[in-house]
Amino acid sequence: MTTSLRKKVTALMTSVLTGAAIFALSFARPEPAHAIPALARKYGLPCSACHEAWPKLNTFGIAFRDNGYQLGNERDSPIWQNNAYFPITFRMTPNWHLEKTNRVAVDIVPGNGSSGLIETSTTSNGFDLSGLDILTLGTLYKNISFALVPSADETGAFHFESVWVRVDNILGSRWANVKFGKHELDVPEPLSEKRGYSLSASSGGYILYHYDPYGGTNEFGLGDNQLGVELSGHSRNSFTRYAVDVLSSNSGNVDFVDNNGNPAANSYDVYLHFSQGVMIPKLGLQRFGALYYNGRRATYSMTSGGVPIAGTGDGTAPFYRVGAYASIYLGKLNYAGLFYHGNDNKYLATATPMNLGPAGLPTGAQDATWNGLLNEFDWTQNPQFVIFGRYEFAHMSQQALPIGSLNALGATVTSQLGDTDGWAIGYRWYPIMFSRAGLAWHNEYSRSRIKNAAPLSGQDLLNQSVFVGLDFDF
Amino acid sequence: MRECRLLTILMLFLLTVPVAAFASPADPDQPTTKPDTSSVKVGHQGVTSDYYVPNSTHPLWKGAGLPIEKASAKIGNLTGDAVKGRNHYRRYCIGCHGPLGNGEGENAQWIDPKPRDFTEGTFRCRSTPTGELPTDQDLFNTIGRGFVTTNMPSWFAINDQDKVDLIAYIKIFSAKWNNPQRAAPIQIPPETPITVESIQRGHDDFEKMQCFKCHGQQGHGDGPSASTLTNSKDQPIRPYDFSAGDRFKCGSTNADIYRDFMTGLDGSPMPSFADQLKPDEAWDLVHYLRTLMVHVDSPERKIMIENHLQFKNEDSGQ
Repeated sequence: MTTSLRKKVTALMTSVLTGAAIFALSFARPEPAHAIPALARKYGLPCSACHEAWPKLNTFGIAFRDNGYQLGNERDSPIWQNNAYFPITFRMTPNWHLEKTNRVAVDIVPGNGSSGLIETSTTSNGFDLSGLDILTLGTLYKNISFALVPSADETGAFHFESVWVRVDNILGSRWANVKFGKHELDVPEPLSEKRGYSLSASSGGYILYHYDPYGGTNEFGLGDNQLGVELSGHSRNSFTRYAVDVLSSNSGNVDFVDNNGNPAANSYDVYLHFSQGVMIPKLGLQRFGALYYNGRRATYSMTSGGVPIAGTGDGTAPFYRVGAYASIYLGKLNYAGLFYHGNDNKYLATATPMNLGPAGLPTGAQDATWNGLLNEFDWTQNPQFVIFGRYEFAHMSQQALPIGSLNALGATVTSQLGDTDGWAIGYRWYPIMFSRAGLAWHNEYSRSRIKNAAPLSGQDLLNQSVFVGLDFDF
Repeated sequence: MRECRLLTILMLFLLTVPVAAFASPADPDQPTTKPDTSSVKVGHQGVTSDYYVPNSTHPLWKGAGLPIEKASAKIGNLTGDAVKGRNHYRRYCIGCHGPLGNGEGENAQWIDPKPRDFTEGTFRCRSTPTGELPTDQDLFNTIGRGFVTTNMPSWFAINDQDKVDLIAYIKIFSAKWNNPQRAAPIQIPPETPITVESIQRGHDDFEKMQCFKCHGQQGHGDGPSASTLTNSKDQPIRPYDFSAGDRFKCGSTNADIYRDFMTGLDGSPMPSFADQLKPDEAWDLVHYLRTLMVHVDSPERKIMIENHLQFKNEDSGQ
């Protein structure tokens, strides 16, 4: 069999198998629906009681979570549970996905590193696995809740996604709850990466939350779980909510290093979030809010023999993120929009160690600033079928370096360098969703475009993903 | 070739959306006037069915209540829509109360006490006389309050319109709702003053009505009959333990407790004392019961402590 024939056969088989799977599953008879099974099992409620369609929370689910995973029925403490009850859920997604990048620098002669580089597109596709989430969460005692979420990437390498203990309703007030440990920031509820619908590589995380100037060293992502302490509170129905966080400047990483593996500084970040919901009969809960994150990141550290020493990051340069959002419900349609503004200090944005002082900065260096808009919608036909979509962009309003100069990555700075746009569309169908387990047939297409980021030509970099998977938890 | 493959896959992806939507459960917002007789099947509890359209031909369907298109509810300016209520019922209630409303949802077997069987048309928390259906406001209050120490949560975060829609929907389950005659709520007279004498008279009423037989002399829920009590479904039920609780299932104000005496908690062994107690006597009993709630600061307990009140009980000599 020739290579081209083999490719054609492979392509045909892939298409046929995918089509057959889609066809078969689409016509399978749906079973009665119902959630995170760890909590659904505990309370005997259908998952749709707390989730519009899992994993997205509805208003009751938000109130339940804010109350420390407690219903307040005097049966929240685990002492009331049968000894056999264990608050654990596993979630994973075997899938088929395709990743296409339009401009990748590759050797002209494959395998020959000295043959020179050209740009070409690459496409990868095949069956694969997602990461694994082991969700253990609930209450340790009345008004003491917890989460312990070991997560593995698709290779099985584990880390702790969330580990926290929360003292709820301090002095009987729902306005005073203290959470300690690694946790998701109290982001706008419809716009949580942890409970979003998207799973594809180009769209699994929000571009806006993780956007940092191209060529800078800041690795902060609003969607990353962070290490610290949170004071939060809410009204009885959680229509009014606030959160104040004090967090280590390490992006939630352990052992005093940041997301890039560089030594983290011994400094602290602050996060503020406030939102107010208004229930409009026949339409649903309309929520409006604002958030602010002020942090610092190290620009250099102490070394030993040239090797950085963890936890000795210094020369901390400031950055901030500020945003305002609205979540609008029109019956089954939910639109959430977030306006977001970011600022990175010039040392961070130009990857310049602060101990070099102003003289070490490139000529004309200034703070990098950008604006972005995140638009997400979903249509929940019923708890077993949801269509979702998103369009977001982050556009630089001020580059850290003068137009025409070269940045730390060797790219020529343009006014649009690093501007990123992305969109995604997909649907989830839940043929099985009862209180012991859930299964979602997930289909998604997404793409993102980064301006002038192609490694050789400086043209736009385009990524596309197709994701077809069976998302299950039990 | 790659572009063709990508396009093929995208086409499959997009085409599958409407197909899957078609295969997904029926849209609860689209009224189905005729029962779906094809979808009933026996599940792990023998009653699990396609719950989107409750099926009146099912053998366990005890009685047909109001047709879904005629079932309604009214709370203030809000009018309940049973068709929409079915959607909410499916989302929030079906796991316990079941597709047929008979309290046999998929989780019912793990729940104690068992969920309410709506086909009986019997409700505990009412403002109406015993044996009567509750008012819409009673049901509205129950959904918002939940039932302490049970799996029925307080659905305070659901918007009021959805609650009223739910109330309309559950009226399809029992034939009792077909009777357009509705009993009026009982009248609750103004509360009498909380005094030493009132509390003492309340203690006497407690003895006279033999409340201790179920609730025990100290209100611990350990009276001589406690272990034999069952509800209307023949399931064991425990009397309320006043000494441990700080909330009641049907509301915790003094007026709520008064109403419990006079309406009874239908479906449970707690009868109505409307024919045995005069209003003043009922208020006296409320005041005495408050003194048994040792974990709750109340004017009644304050008076009891300040006046060193002690009660001698007939059966134990305490």
